[in-house]
Amino acid sequence: MSREFAVPFHWRRFRERYQLIGSKCEHCNGVFYPPRIVCPRCRRRGKVKSIKLSGRGRVYTYTIIRTPPEGFKIYTPYIIAIVELEEGAKILTQIVDCMPDEVYIGMPVKACFRKIKEENESGIILYGFKFKPDTQAKQG
Amino acid sequence: MNASFKPIRKVAIIGIGITKFGEHWDKGLKDLAIEAGIKAVEDAGISGDEIQLLVGGNMSGGLFAGQEHGSALLADYLGLNPIPAIRTEAACASGGVALRVGYMAIASGMYDFVAVGGVEKMTDVYGPQAMNTLAGAMDFETEAYYGVTFPGIYALIAKRHMHLYKTKQEHLAMVSVKNHEHGARNPFAQYQKRIKVEDVLSSPLVADPLHVLDCSPITDGAATIILTTAENAKKLSDTPVYIIASAQASDTLSLYARNDLTTLSATVHAAREAYRQAKIKASDVDVAEVHDCFTIAEILAYEDLGFIKKGLGWKLIEEGETMIGGRIPVNPSGGLKAKGHPVGATGVAQIVELVKQLRGEAGKRQVDAEIALAHNVGGSGATATVHILSR
Repeated sequence: MSREFAVPFHWRRFRERYQLIGSKCEHCNGVFYPPRIVCPRCRRRGKVKSIKLSGRGRVYTYTIIRTPPEGFKIYTPYIIAIVELEEGAKILTQIVDCMPDEVYIGMPVKACFRKIKEENESGIILYGFKFKPDTQAKQG
Repeated sequence: MNASFKPIRKVAIIGIGITKFGEHWDKGLKDLAIEAGIKAVEDAGISGDEIQLLVGGNMSGGLFAGQEHGSALLADYLGLNPIPAIRTEAACASGGVALRVGYMAIASGMYDFVAVGGVEKMTDVYGPQAMNTLAGAMDFETEAYYGVTFPGIYALIAKRHMHLYKTKQEHLAMVSVKNHEHGARNPFAQYQKRIKVEDVLSSPLVADPLHVLDCSPITDGAATIILTTAENAKKLSDTPVYIIASAQASDTLSLYARNDLTTLSATVHAAREAYRQAKIKASDVDVAEVHDCFTIAEILAYEDLGFIKKGLGWKLIEEGETMIGGRIPVNPSGGLKAKGHPVGATGVAQIVELVKQLRGEAGKRQVDAEIALAHNVGGSGATATVHILSR
């Protein structure tokens, strides 16, 4: 039932996905994830460079997924959040090592490398970053 | 982003056609579109020979029904060959964009008669595949990849809205209750059943804070309208309805990339441009069909269309202002929630409802209106169209 993609569909995203690489425009200082070729604010005036993101941030908003898409049933219920990274970019991610009733807006979190899903029985196993509570982060 | 384009001709709607919305086991993609098309031509009182262009909104005939290239297929089955046929795709705003392409075709002087349709056949696949297909309306590689669903995307918006403003779960539920009340008066609606706030709140959670009854359903359906010039319309119709504004705007496909998650800026931009074209203010709108794919989306629409200030959308629903009989009735058809949401058809179906309202043909859900607004959204707000109609 689920669509099967050829390996390059995922392989070409490994760098940004597995190393948390984003981009920064040196003209406006905007930080973006995933990487962009063109700065959406500066366009031709922009100077876009690769940047390794720290993986630290705070929960900006969240939800608990109770009706999952294919491949995510074993995790259900799970937390999906938009995290605002300390560099300023926001990212959509799962929050793990945290019960659904423990997450809150403003919660400090940090990135951890995890399995995302198995595409299907014959396909490749997909990885990426999820975020977990950052107990070392300063409060506030 | 004001369009420098000035319509050289005024555009009118002279015919409307719509199928019942719901689960049609006996009708496929083509059957639904043809039914709505034939009804629209009959309603316009034309032979069909006049039509010079067919524009059809359809999100994913390919993934929902195995059929791409539906534009040519429908031109054939409607007996319209060899006129050109175009399919537009902007997820759930495919219909609104189709209307806008048809509008431009007439306003620019290129064509005199255009049929604009919208269709989606969603129940020929099972639930999980329908979910996968709808997930294509968000950023596939950076949102769907991590296991977020469409209700999940709007839940993220709802949670943030509730964090910043006084919006409560009960307010979201009231939107659903209102739209079911309206849907109960619409014989074409998928759900013609009244519900209570408690029913919404006790229905299963899909993605907190959204319950099943906060979500629009999976629906089969089609709608068609016939457009021509105002000049032709005066000769052909006793009740022409004019399109006095047609606007569209874009935003990031991914929700997380936006500065403000509680505003659909594409709606704000499209609405501003539409009010400018129509030379009206938001307060001049008498009735609106807005994109309530989830209950929170209707609250956002109140704010982003300018019916009330940002953060106060909950007041309009709490005070009953958007009920039929209220100050600004919203979704008298039942909206996406109760009328149903065959994604590619929705933008055109909204126009069908508003034309009925302006003609005075809306029966038990009739409101008193001179100026009507239609608001159609694709994905989480990457595309928004706003059209304004008048008698």
